[in-house]
Amino acid sequence: MLELKNISKTFNAGTVNQKVALNGLNLTMAEGEFVTVIGGNGAGKSTMLNAIAGVFPVDTGKITIDGVDVTNLAEYKRAKYIGRVFQDPMMGTAATMQIEENLALAARRGKPRTLRPGITKADREFYREQLKILDLGLEDRMTTKVGLLSGGQRQALTLLMATLQQPKLLLLDEHTAALDPKTAAKVLDATQRIVDRSHLTTMMITHNMRDAITYGNRLIMMYEGHVVVDVRGEEKKNLTVEQLLNLFSKASGSDEADDKLLLS
Amino acid sequence: MNFFLSLFNAMPGAVTQGMLWGIMAIGVYITYRILDVADLTVDGSLATGGAVCVMLMRAGWNPWISLLCAFLAGVLAGLCTGLLHTRCGIPAILAGILTQLALYSVNLRIMGGKANQPIGVDKYDLLVSQRYVRELTLNNPIPLVILVLAVLTGLLYWFFGTEYGSSLRATGANQNMARAQGINTKSGITFGLMLANGMVALAGGLLAQYQGAVDVNMGRGAIVIGLAAVIIGEVLLGKVFRNFALKLTAVVIGAVIYYMVIQLVLQLGLNTNDLKLLTALVVALFLAIPYWKTVVLPRKKEV
Ligand SMILES: Nc1ncnc2c1ncn2[C@@H]1O[C@H](COP(=O)(O)OP(=O)(O)OP(=O)(O)O)[C@@H](O)[C@H]1O
Ligand SMILES: [Mg+2]
Repeated sequence: MLELKNISKTFNAGTVNQKVALNGLNLTMAEGEFVTVIGGNGAGKSTMLNAIAGVFPVDTGKITIDGVDVTNLAEYKRAKYIGRVFQDPMMGTAATMQIEENLALAARRGKPRTLRPGITKADREFYREQLKILDLGLEDRMTTKVGLLSGGQRQALTLLMATLQQPKLLLLDEHTAALDPKTAAKVLDATQRIVDRSHLTTMMITHNMRDAITYGNRLIMMYEGHVVVDVRGEEKKNLTVEQLLNLFSKASGSDEADDKLLLS
Repeated sequence: MNFFLSLFNAMPGAVTQGMLWGIMAIGVYITYRILDVADLTVDGSLATGGAVCVMLMRAGWNPWISLLCAFLAGVLAGLCTGLLHTRCGIPAILAGILTQLALYSVNLRIMGGKANQPIGVDKYDLLVSQRYVRELTLNNPIPLVILVLAVLTGLLYWFFGTEYGSSLRATGANQNMARAQGINTKSGITFGLMLANGMVALAGGLLAQYQGAVDVNMGRGAIVIGLAAVIIGEVLLGKVFRNFALKLTAVVIGAVIYYMVIQLVLQLGLNTNDLKLLTALVVALFLAIPYWKTVVLPRKKEV
């Protein structure tokens, strides 16, 4: 489904701020896989997701989604294949527009935008049904401006928007990190339900070791711009946080597991 | 008594001028409020519209067709700014200034090298003219201006409710989100600039007819007047006018109030030369108020 081949990305190349963010990254994901991604601050996790989404061009390598080479495709064109939820709750929705207007925008992802009315009656019913899945009561507030929602509600809405048009790939970048624990659990729960419902191929970055083990069927760890640990299936299910920390210290070559770096 | 009488006599003119500038201000609203781009092209494209319309009418063209051509000329001006901004990576404000500067030369060329070209109401079949603004006849420009405003507002209301129109609103609200939802933000911004400058040039075409001449400097400071209209409309009516069509109407009302106030302060003895200073001060003040509110008052809590 997704293939990253030898991806490299250096920011501010040739300046004092030069930073190698991705360094010969290779990763292949099969259809229906749900990969959790962990790694210390600056390991390149967000850069990997942004490279896949096309936020910036990569320096080297090739990105293939479902057999299509998207390496040189503009971000807005790639959006056809990709649903995204960002770490910042402000980033995924249009605050000055209504809930139903945001959903209508998402419903046209990857389709031509014509001069037909943005929202029809039938659309509205469909959105209402979809909002019920989130179990946040948003289905009764469809004409509320999104700017009035809480961070958690906005993240849940962004999640729904990312999956309204079934994406080939769902990218979640610490999408619960800005939320309080209770809300985070709710949004994660909704994530699980939505991913299960349509068997979405998913990549989820998290700093929470427990979540990384609980969710998904494969776990990768990044370090200095590439994948250093890759476990799946039974082996992943049986992982403990302690084992993960050990794996990390081995992979990064440091004696002690710097769990501050990993867990932050 | 004399003061009030002459003020009263001046009101139809102020209202009409306000409504004509209101068309222009709707263009500013599209860029400044919907697309979140400060577009300075308008100072040039207003005169472009006036120049195209007047020169075509002087050449014997039908006034409506001339007006349509003025609109299209504005669309082209917007396209220039859009391309400079989205395809050449020039910041929007600077792109607008560049186009505006270039338009000064272009406008002079359109006007045959003259800085002013008259279009007399006696010789030409004008759509709107200052001369009849206080007459209760079919020549009075006010009904026609209201009709034009109603049609434009209706069209824009429809357009920004369509799938494509919504994608432009999303682009202005949050470009990250827009791109993530597959919206081509570059072409959207360019289209918005074209539409807005088309409106501005249309207003320029009507204004030139209304005044009976086009002047190469007629657009100087237009952006500030447009902003004044947008802000006055929002401050006075923002709480009650929620619907998009009503918001556009508020912009026009803002422009009308602006010209009524200008008329008032002129009658009170303000020097015409100081007008732009006053306008700039008022707009600066209204732009600063929202900022001061966030600095002084604590942030409003999320619900
Ligand atoms: N746009 C950018 N410009 C310059 N440097 C960048 C940019 N984006 C990321 N970097 C740098 O690239 C490195 C990798 O960043 P990235 O955001 O991918 O890390 P991460 O694994 O997501 O970390 P975190 O857990 O803190 O989110 C960091 O050193 C970061 O400073
Ligand atoms: Mg990150």
